[in-house]
Amino acid sequence: MSTGQKILNWVDERFPLSSMMKEHVTEYYAPKNFNFWYFFGSLALLVLVIQIVTGIFLTMNYKPDGTLNGAGIPVAFASVEYIMRDVAGGWIIRYMHSTGASMFFVVVYLHMFRGVIYGSYKQPRELVWVFGTLIFLVLMAEAFMGYLLPWGQMSFWGAQVIVNLFASIPVIGPDLSVFIRGDFVVGDATLNRFFALHVIAVPLILLALVVAHLIALHEVGSNNPDGVEIKKLKGEDGKPLDGIPFHPYYTVKDVLGVAVFLIVFSAIVFFAPEMGGYFLEHPNFDQADPLKTPPHIAPVWYFTPFYAILRAIPSFAGTQVWGVLAMGAAVVLIAFLPWLDKSPVKSIRYRGPKFKIMLTLFITAFIGLGILGALPSTNLRTIVAQLFSFIYFAFFLGMPFYTKNDVGTTPVPTRVTMSTPARQARFVVLVVVTLVAATLFAKFI
Amino acid sequence: MNKTIRQLVAAVALMVPAVGAFASSEGPALEKAPINIQDTESLQRGAQTFVNYCLSCHSASAMRYNRLADIGLSEEQIKSNLMFATDKIGEQMNVAMDKKDAKNWFGATPPDLSVIARSRGADYLYGYLRGFYRDPSRPTGWNNLVFDKVGMPHILWEWQGEQELHTHKGADGHEEHKLELVKAGTLTKLENGKANTAEFDKRMADLTNFLVYIGEPVQVKRHQVGYTVLLYLFLLLLPFAYFLKKEYWKDIH
Repeated sequence: MSTGQKILNWVDERFPLSSMMKEHVTEYYAPKNFNFWYFFGSLALLVLVIQIVTGIFLTMNYKPDGTLNGAGIPVAFASVEYIMRDVAGGWIIRYMHSTGASMFFVVVYLHMFRGVIYGSYKQPRELVWVFGTLIFLVLMAEAFMGYLLPWGQMSFWGAQVIVNLFASIPVIGPDLSVFIRGDFVVGDATLNRFFALHVIAVPLILLALVVAHLIALHEVGSNNPDGVEIKKLKGEDGKPLDGIPFHPYYTVKDVLGVAVFLIVFSAIVFFAPEMGGYFLEHPNFDQADPLKTPPHIAPVWYFTPFYAILRAIPSFAGTQVWGVLAMGAAVVLIAFLPWLDKSPVKSIRYRGPKFKIMLTLFITAFIGLGILGALPSTNLRTIVAQLFSFIYFAFFLGMPFYTKNDVGTTPVPTRVTMSTPARQARFVVLVVVTLVAATLFAKFI
Repeated sequence: MNKTIRQLVAAVALMVPAVGAFASSEGPALEKAPINIQDTESLQRGAQTFVNYCLSCHSASAMRYNRLADIGLSEEQIKSNLMFATDKIGEQMNVAMDKKDAKNWFGATPPDLSVIARSRGADYLYGYLRGFYRDPSRPTGWNNLVFDKVGMPHILWEWQGEQELHTHKGADGHEEHKLELVKAGTLTKLENGKANTAEFDKRMADLTNFLVYIGEPVQVKRHQVGYTVLLYLFLLLLPFAYFLKKEYWKDIH
């Protein structure tokens, strides 16, 4: 017996290392027909690691202090510029963190969309989906609190707007918003507690939820683009006929995904870290000033769909709480998808026209709301945002009705099917059509 | 797989115009600032103007004097030509003016200019620096085309001379504002009613260039590192990952 084997045996007698590796990596059987959409789970994990590691280094020089330094600049704001200029390699760490925040939402939105089109939330994967939705919710809190830390104008006023939403809740609202801020306005107390929550409390919850998400996934096994349960058809060796071990097959495939992702990520970090003012907003290079309200307060792009819903709902019966409730419902409803969807099939490939039409409308509404939420409102934009908000909710609330018996002409196969050039071509066409439509909408609205 | 990569690249390439598409513009149309962040001579001229004229009231507190080595200046040159407020080369570009006094004199404390180019953009600054015009209704006697009712007086009027604002009503009823040079300065010429502002414009482009540089001194290096990183990813990691995947997956059908 080699020394390595001896050490492994010693560990295995005390900790289930080998069996855990088998269960979750080398003998975790995943369907062999994963396509493009299946890169985003591992990429989300990669971005999480990037955020944690760069975050650790940022905290070494960042100072959560809202008071003014000798030059009249808030210490927090100045410490970010200190990182950008005087800390060796600080700029690269900071840009990785700011780009990582946006890219986290890019991959998470695509990851969630994959779940919707292939019915990955359906029985038996309801808990995988619920944990995932919670991750999304906690991620939004994490991003929101992190955005306050540079202590620029958008940090300050964005936080002011969002915390004030809580003030619209009847009876307890005003006291609640003071409790959250720790002051009557967003101030040093708010900055300090958001820093504590952003670097310790929320990441801990996030990590715990990610572990729960993966454990639940590995308990039931991965879904796939055909929505076929591979565990139903096993070979004589007891292994799924359409399954392949996660390692090495999907580890090497995910490395390829990582390589492509890193090219996109580095292109942004090194050549467009502001991403035209959408990853780093221009007004956030003005220091926070409680006496100067910016003419247009826009949240960062990943919050704009929900912000647009908030703005679209008019105040009613003397309170603006309805917009807040609608925004909250827009997020919470996502968690209920497994029980709203009554379709007998999982994948969009074998669904009928009703779901496809509703999904197309939903994509239109979601991207449209995202664009509208970034723009100052006008009468026309408000009406369009109201229409899109209606579609957004109709997609979820109408689901029990339009998914019932809505199956396509092709029956669900018993074995998974591999990708074909025709399918890939259709995918490219759909992506192009979506982007062109979004661009045109943004130009003319 | 080959196809998927191509699709991915195509999808990303197509996303680029979509991202920039809805940057809505407000205010007067701004001329594009003719700047080049790699032009160290322009940056040095900009630095000269900056320390002589801007730095009396505006700080650039995130910027250290010795960082100007970036734009090709030696420690000696920085010390003898650019440092008036301090004798320590590692010191930040601060101002001695009291903030309360400043607020009394100008109505607002002159903002720190460290990252002003990142918040306003080069085109805005280029327009602002050349946008001052005579306005007797203002306490300073000056107003600005891109920053209405600005508190700052026209510091560089001796260079630029005096401009007046002319408002024309366009065909569609849209008001069009135009500045006209009425009195030449030391860097502008007025011959037979024709203004030549090329020299002044160039100085302002240099100053804008310098402001863009101090907004992010690392930006030139950032691009250099970026090319190396992308080269490594494209030439090493991507092919390695691609062929490794292909090798492992050759039996999966």
